Amino acid sequence: MAPTALRPVSLAPIRAADPAPLQAGPPASSPSVRVRGFTRSFGATSVLTDMNLDIQPGEFVALLGASGSGKTTLLRTLAGLDPAPADQVSTPAARAVVFQDPRLMPWKRVWRNVALGLGGRDIRSKAEGALGEVGLGHRLDAWPATLSGGEAQRAALARALIREPKLLLLDEPFAALDALTRIRMHELVLKLWRAHDPAVLLVTHDVDEAITLADRVLVLDQGRIAAEEVVTLPRPRDADDAFQAIRRRLLGHLGVTGHDPAAAAAELIAFRPRQDAH
Amino acid sequence: MSLAYDDRLTDKPKLGAKLGPKVKARFSRPKLADQRWLSPVLLLALWEVASLTGVIPSRILAAPSAVVRTLAHLVVNGDLPNALVVSLARMAVGLAIGVTTGTVLALAAGLSKLGETLVDPPLQIIRPLPTLALTPLFIVWLGIGETPKIALISLGVTFPIYLNLFNAIRSVDPRLMEAGRSFGLKGWDLIVNIVLPGAMPGFLVGLRYALSVSLLILVVAEQINASAGLGYLINNARDFMQTDVIVVCLLVYALLGLGADLLVRALERRLLVWRPAFLKA
Repeated sequence: MAPTALRPVSLAPIRAADPAPLQAGPPASSPSVRVRGFTRSFGATSVLTDMNLDIQPGEFVALLGASGSGKTTLLRTLAGLDPAPADQVSTPAARAVVFQDPRLMPWKRVWRNVALGLGGRDIRSKAEGALGEVGLGHRLDAWPATLSGGEAQRAALARALIREPKLLLLDEPFAALDALTRIRMHELVLKLWRAHDPAVLLVTHDVDEAITLADRVLVLDQGRIAAEEVVTLPRPRDADDAFQAIRRRLLGHLGVTGHDPAAAAAELIAFRPRQDAH
Repeated sequence: MSLAYDDRLTDKPKLGAKLGPKVKARFSRPKLADQRWLSPVLLLALWEVASLTGVIPSRILAAPSAVVRTLAHLVVNGDLPNALVVSLARMAVGLAIGVTTGTVLALAAGLSKLGETLVDPPLQIIRPLPTLALTPLFIVWLGIGETPKIALISLGVTFPIYLNLFNAIRSVDPRLMEAGRSFGLKGWDLIVNIVLPGAMPGFLVGLRYALSVSLLILVVAEQINASAGLGYLINNARDFMQTDVIVVCLLVYALLGLGADLLVRALERRLLVWRPAFLKA
């Protein structure tokens, strides 16, 4: 099955059972994110069941799943937006989220949005630096309402990066962008990931996006990690045969079995309804 | 962004350029249908003529020319400026108290569940009561001086401020709140950075209502046994059937309403500069 290996995920240290070396960063002894036996339920329905997950420092992990698979719940838990017992979920203190919608405060100029919650001297020049990195150095004093969708999402990326996160959580941040902008954002995210080396968890429903960006792709199904795919293809990644092979396997795990990629893609789009249950 | 707006700006000449010469000629001729000043001026002229010919006796309604003369006279002898200062002061003090009260109550109810439980029910109970209906009670309690007038304005102003601000605080976009929390904002920082600016548009809507309510209550309240102010001028004029003075005072009230509106607009332009509507203008 070279160059990747697909296997059902067992409990307990995933990385220990992983024979494939990681592309980014050496296998570290202390993972950046560590989830052990975490279950989250709303009323009678459990959204995440006995979840185990390690993310190494500097590792780029994509989380695929249909609506209601629990992927947003997992991201929110790691972001600290939903409560979790400390012995089951541990994350770095420095973490930042980029949401699907940019969530810029419309009443704050772009640089103030980027510097939101930061104190101290020179926050403007720090914000200027972060905005320069995402190519928005010229929109420092703009109001968010005047930004295009792509610009707003880049500002949101700058707002996350300025905190120098050890864990960057991306909640379908490119889903609302047009195809060309999305490709540019992919390049930008990879560039920033290389420069700052945070662990990244990207939640997405886009199989191609997951394979293009991540070191490792997880498929979440009914609150459990149903499959894991380590992607060792060199970046930048083209949709070559190896890519397609990974894609087919992932689609299979998502319940899309058609051999026709176009039909499969169309079916995947039907997954889209965006809001995961909480 | 601004491109779309620029396009719209240049739309009109382009449109004209495409049309034939005949149509263009029709556009350039001043059209009767566009002359909005015409009917008011005609009515005014009609009124003046009717007054001059005695169709409208001056004890019923003074002629426009008489009103202008009286206005000049009242300004020069100081009666009108003095009355205006008194009335404006009533309105301003009443507004200040009412806006403060409404804001404090809305913050208490909006920012905490306990606050809502304590503050909201009594206010909702009093709310349906027309404020002016309390006039007799306020006179019994507070006499006939300045106090009941200011108290009535304050009470009337409290409600639009409270209702709009409370509602605005509760409707601040929860996704923005969540984003703020995810970047480590808590408590007071969250309120200052997200809740209050997010509620500002609603507060200004409340303020707009508050200003018109305050003017309405002022007009009624200051005719209660007033010894100064526009209401006093009107009361005296009524006793002597000086319709010119009454019309002058009505004009001043109208100007007060206009001024209040301009004030809120200026505030909105300043405080809501981030809104798309203002960014384009």
